[in-house]
Amino acid sequence: MVKRQGNLTKSPEKIKECIIKHEWGIHLRTAGLFVKTAKKYTADIMVEKDGMEADGKSIIAITTLNAGKNATIKIKACGEDAEQALTDLERLIENNFEEP
Amino acid sequence: MEVRKKDLLLKGTGVSPGIIIGKAFLLDPQEIEVYPLHLSSDAEIHQEINRFKTALKESKRQLMNVKKEVEHKKYKEASYIIDAQALILDDKMLIETIVSTIKKEKIDAATAVKGTVVTLSKSFDDIGDEYLKQRKTDIDYIGERIIRNIMGKKRQDISTIKEETIIVAHDLSPADTANLDVRIVKGFVTNAGGKTSHTAIMARALEIPSVVGLEKITREVSSGDMIIVDGTIGVVIVRPTAETLRNYAEKKQRYEQLEKELFQYKDLPAETPDGFRIKLLANIELIEELASVREHGAEGIGLYRTEFLYLNRKDLPSEEEQFSIYKKVIEKIVPYPVTIRTVDLGGDKFLSRIDLAEEMNPVMGLRAIRLCLKEVSIFKTQLRALLRASALGEMKILFPMISGLEEIYQIKEILEGLKHELTKEGISFNQAIQIGIMIEIPSAATIADLLAKEVDFFSIGTNDLIQYTLAIDRVNEHVSYLYNPLHPSVIRIIKNVVEAAHSNGLEVVMCGEMAGEPLYLPLLIGLDIDKLSMNPLCILKVKKILRLLSYHESQEFVKMIDQFKTASELERFMKHEMKKRFPDEFEYGEHNRTHSKR
Repeated sequence: MVKRQGNLTKSPEKIKECIIKHEWGIHLRTAGLFVKTAKKYTADIMVEKDGMEADGKSIIAITTLNAGKNATIKIKACGEDAEQALTDLERLIENNFEEP
Repeated sequence: MEVRKKDLLLKGTGVSPGIIIGKAFLLDPQEIEVYPLHLSSDAEIHQEINRFKTALKESKRQLMNVKKEVEHKKYKEASYIIDAQALILDDKMLIETIVSTIKKEKIDAATAVKGTVVTLSKSFDDIGDEYLKQRKTDIDYIGERIIRNIMGKKRQDISTIKEETIIVAHDLSPADTANLDVRIVKGFVTNAGGKTSHTAIMARALEIPSVVGLEKITREVSSGDMIIVDGTIGVVIVRPTAETLRNYAEKKQRYEQLEKELFQYKDLPAETPDGFRIKLLANIELIEELASVREHGAEGIGLYRTEFLYLNRKDLPSEEEQFSIYKKVIEKIVPYPVTIRTVDLGGDKFLSRIDLAEEMNPVMGLRAIRLCLKEVSIFKTQLRALLRASALGEMKILFPMISGLEEIYQIKEILEGLKHELTKEGISFNQAIQIGIMIEIPSAATIADLLAKEVDFFSIGTNDLIQYTLAIDRVNEHVSYLYNPLHPSVIRIIKNVVEAAHSNGLEVVMCGEMAGEPLYLPLLIGLDIDKLSMNPLCILKVKKILRLLSYHESQEFVKMIDQFKTASELERFMKHEMKKRFPDEFEYGEHNRTHSKR
């Protein structure tokens, strides 16, 4: 397994829990959209699944989390715009990655 | 030929005759070889990191260009894949891992990228989900792009080449060759393949020299290198010296002179001195070959393979489109007959329109008639186009991969339905159109007597028949040496098929590679095969030999053929006999092998 990068040094940390509804889970396209959204913010973003953490701005890291359909993930953000980042990412997942 | 110090001579299997001297173009090497280089100073490490970063930038620039093209062509689906690949190129984790690998392990950038990609790919292997697994190929692809840029081996776009070139590749798929501009391609050389692989068939179709099964040619040649391809003896010379070049230019001239002399046979009948007539027909794949069919004096088309109509496109060819092509073929070849074979896809050919599961052994899988009887609408479209074309000239339909009677019953039912439909629509077609089947599966050959009662003619497809009878994967270079048309089992099978056909009043055509090889001619005449269908380029040579052979002696030869218990015994005998009679035509020197021993 590849070592996961990124540290949440600044506090306080904000957390949101989401369930992946997308048929294919976090795959290439959805991971791409997630990373693109995460990169809009300066906050450090980490994604946790089953005790494993991955950098939310690394497409490789989050695809290796193996988050399939119905997986529960925790998104943690830390930094000035952490709140907005989380809202934005949550909306992305809720909207099923912009797919009807 | 003497090998000089600076010449690099590689031996493979010559699959399409002729000599060409020209510049190489390396097509999509499957994998770039990376040789680890140990770094000894900080300056070197710094330099490798810079090389990596420059390559990263260049990769991104290339990817954006691809994206522009894709968007321009409106393949929207592909654009998110490129977006994701661009994100992989930007991935902090990937970049940091590679940079730290260069630093810690003191190795060159390309090796570090390769190592990191392999590790990442492995972590994807553990993932059970099929969709997620696809990520692996994206990372491999990105890794290869970066490595290519580090090593300065750019992936050139084949459509950008403007000058004449010799294609060097691991192997060529039907999709690859369909994309080539045939006007500038002067030769094919590949690592993989044998006499009957797709590359070989294409090379002969295009009448360009080709050598396959060279194993390492992609490693030895870079784009722009001068190479000599001798498709007649299966030799490629990389970066020849001035002297070799001169010798080969002379050899090329001599060869072309001999070829020219063969044309005196064009209008002479295909007949032995003791009066046995055999029809020599042409195999074609592309309508571009029609000119060559006439030039080489074929008495019709014995096999028109329709696969190319279906390849390298997103949609299926419509009835109208197919009809207009079949019409062209029939009209160009009048007054001679044409046999058109229904599509033989699956196997090594790829049909993008239909999503098919990946098969372990596609040659024995869902292909040809099996695929047609499963995807009936595709089959019906083709049959309707064929029936309509049958009104325009002498045309027969041939069905591939028949294994038993059930398939014939099914085909006939579909065909009758379509005839009924056309009659109702008032569209004309040949009510008595002849149908034939390929005898290429051992099961069909075994029950040839039963099948003969249901169809109008047989066509023996030796390539597949031999491959299935001997259980040899003809594309696998490690076993292709076992592929031998002279195996006693193959000869017994052919004999059985001809007897079954003739006792039921049917004609037998042979349309595999075997039909175009002059060495086998005494055997084929002796077996009483009615028609030989071959690459148009082989016709004149076959005719020349035929006109010197004795039908009577060939019959005697076949009567005693059981004395030869192995393929090699028989091959030795036949080569010896032919060489004795035709010393100029059959020089079996060291290079001149009928079958590669590689």
